[in-house]
Amino acid sequence: MTAAAERSPPLRMTRARRNALLQSEPVQGLALISPTFIYALILLVLPILVVIAHSFWTQHYLTIDRTFTLENYRVALTEPIYRDLLRRSLYISLTVSVLTVLLAYPIAYFISFHGGRHKSLWLFLITIPFWTSYLLRVMSWKVILGYNGVLNSGLMGLGIIDEPSTALLYNSSAVIITLTHAWAAFAILPIFVSLEKVDRTLVEAATDLGDGPLRSFLRVTLPLSAPGVISAALIVMIPTVGDYVTPKLVGGKDGVMIANAIQAQFGKASNWPLGAALSVTTMLIVTLMAGATVLIIRALQRLAR
Amino acid sequence: MIAVRRFLPGGWLAAYAFLYVVFLYLPVIFLPIFSVNTAATPKFPLTGFTLHWYEDLPRTPALLDAAWNSLIVGVSAAVLSTLLGILAARSITRYRYPGRSTIHGLIMAPLVLPEVIVAISMLLVMLQLGLSLSLFTVVLGHVLVCIPYSMTVLTSGFEGFDRSLEEASADLGESAFGTFRRVTLPMVAPAIISSLLVCFTISLDEFIIAFFLTGTEATLPIYIWGQLRFAAKLPGVLALGTLLLVASFLLMTVAEILRRRAARRTQNEGGLYA
Repeated sequence: MTAAAERSPPLRMTRARRNALLQSEPVQGLALISPTFIYALILLVLPILVVIAHSFWTQHYLTIDRTFTLENYRVALTEPIYRDLLRRSLYISLTVSVLTVLLAYPIAYFISFHGGRHKSLWLFLITIPFWTSYLLRVMSWKVILGYNGVLNSGLMGLGIIDEPSTALLYNSSAVIITLTHAWAAFAILPIFVSLEKVDRTLVEAATDLGDGPLRSFLRVTLPLSAPGVISAALIVMIPTVGDYVTPKLVGGKDGVMIANAIQAQFGKASNWPLGAALSVTTMLIVTLMAGATVLIIRALQRLAR
Repeated sequence: MIAVRRFLPGGWLAAYAFLYVVFLYLPVIFLPIFSVNTAATPKFPLTGFTLHWYEDLPRTPALLDAAWNSLIVGVSAAVLSTLLGILAARSITRYRYPGRSTIHGLIMAPLVLPEVIVAISMLLVMLQLGLSLSLFTVVLGHVLVCIPYSMTVLTSGFEGFDRSLEEASADLGESAFGTFRRVTLPMVAPAIISSLLVCFTISLDEFIIAFFLTGTEATLPIYIWGQLRFAAKLPGVLALGTLLLVASFLLMTVAEILRRRAARRTQNEGGLYA
C-alpha cells in the first residue's frame, strides 16, 4: 500500500495538476461564460466589423466592389442632406439627454432621500410604463399631438384655442417631447443608484459645519452623484441618436433623423456601403459627443468641490 | 427647525414626483381610453362606450397569425436568452478571472447601442451568411438584446448566494449535478422564472430588430406598424395596443415579485429596479 503510494507520485502529481488547472477559477469561469460570450461575438462584434468593412466598399447594383475607398465617408460628411440629418440627430439626442437628466434628477433624489420604506414601490411605479412597447408609447404621442388629437381637441373644448394647432405634430419638438418621455426611466435608475451610494454622514457633516441645505447639496450630494448623472446622460444620448420609430411616426418632414436615412440605404435606395458609412459616422460622432459630455460633467464636479 | 427643513424639500419634491408619475402614465392611459370610445378618431369629447373594436380583433386572420408568431418568437427568445443568461450570470457572480469585466461589458453592450445599428449590422451578416430572413433570424436578434436584461435579473438573484450551502451539499456526498438540482436551482428558480418573463415581454414588444430581421412573417408590433398607415384602422390598433399594454404590465409585475423573492432568498437587494 505504502510502496504503491511511493511509486506513483509523479503520475498523481500530473493528474492533480491537470485537475487543479481544470478546476481553477479562471478556467471554470471562462468556460461557463463562453457560450454567451461567443454568441455576443458572432451576433454583435462580427456584424459591427462587417458594417465597418462595408463602409469602405462600393455597391454596383447587386454586387459589392471590395476595393478600398473613402468615397462613402465623403458623401456622408459633405452631402448637405446627410450633414443636416446628422446635425439634427445630434441636436435632438443632446437636448433629450439634457432634458431627461434635469427632469429625472429630482425624482431620483426624492426616492433616494425621502422614499423611506417605499423606495422599491416608487421605482416599480416609475419603471413599469417603460416595459410597455416602445412603439405603443410613440403611437400614443401621435394620438395626443395630432391635428385632430387629444391635446388640440382638449384645448378647443376648454376654449383656450379656436382651431386646431398644426404646430404640435410633425416637427423636431414633437420628436424631442416623445423621446424625453420614452427615456425618462432610463435616466432615473443610474442617478438613483449613485445617490444611494452617497454617504449620508457627509451631508450631515456639511450641515453641522454650517452649510445650508442648498449649499450642502451643491457641494456634497451633487458632485458625489456625478457618476450617475454621467451614465444617465450616456444611456439616453447614444441610443436616441439612432432612433427610427419616433421621427417616422411624429417627426414628419422636419423631424427626420439619420436612422431613417440609414434604413433607406438598406431598403429602397439599396446602397449598403453608404448606409454602413452613415452608421459608422453616427456612432463615431455620438461617441465623441458622449466623451465631451463626460469631460464637461467631470470638470463641473471638480469646480463644485 | 431641522424637522421643518427636512419636511419642506420632501414636500415640494413629493409634489413634483407625483406630477412626474402623471406625466409618465398619462400618454399611455389614452390608449385604453380611446380603445373603448365609439368615435373612429381619438379626440375629445368622448362619444360613447363600446367594445366593438375589441370584438373585431379575433376576426382578423392577419392579426391572429401575428399573435402566434409573436408567441413563438417570444418563448424561443426567452428560453434561449435565459439559458445563456444563467451561464453568464453564474460565471460573473461566482468566479474571478482576467477579462471578466470586458466580457461582461460586451454582453451588456446591446443595451446602450442604437437599435437600428445593431439591427442593420445583424441583417448584413445574416444576408452574407446566406440565412434567409424568417422568424428564426428574429429570435437570434431578440436573444442578443434580451441577454443583458436576463443577466441583470439573474445576477441580482445569484449574487450573495451563500456558497457554503453548495459546499455543505458536496461534503455530504451529493454529486455536482445533484447539488445544482437540489440546492442551487431551488434557490434561484424565482430569478430564472423572472428572467423568462422579462425576456418574453421584451421580445413581445420589440419592434426595430423584428422589423429588419423578419422575412414575410409579422410579429404583433410589425402588424401594428403596418396598420398605422390606415387612419380608419386606428381604433382597432388602440384596442390591440391596450391588450399588449395589459399583458406587459401583468408579466412585468409577476417578474418583479419573483425577482424580489429570489433576492430575499439570497439576502440581496437591488437588481432590475434598483
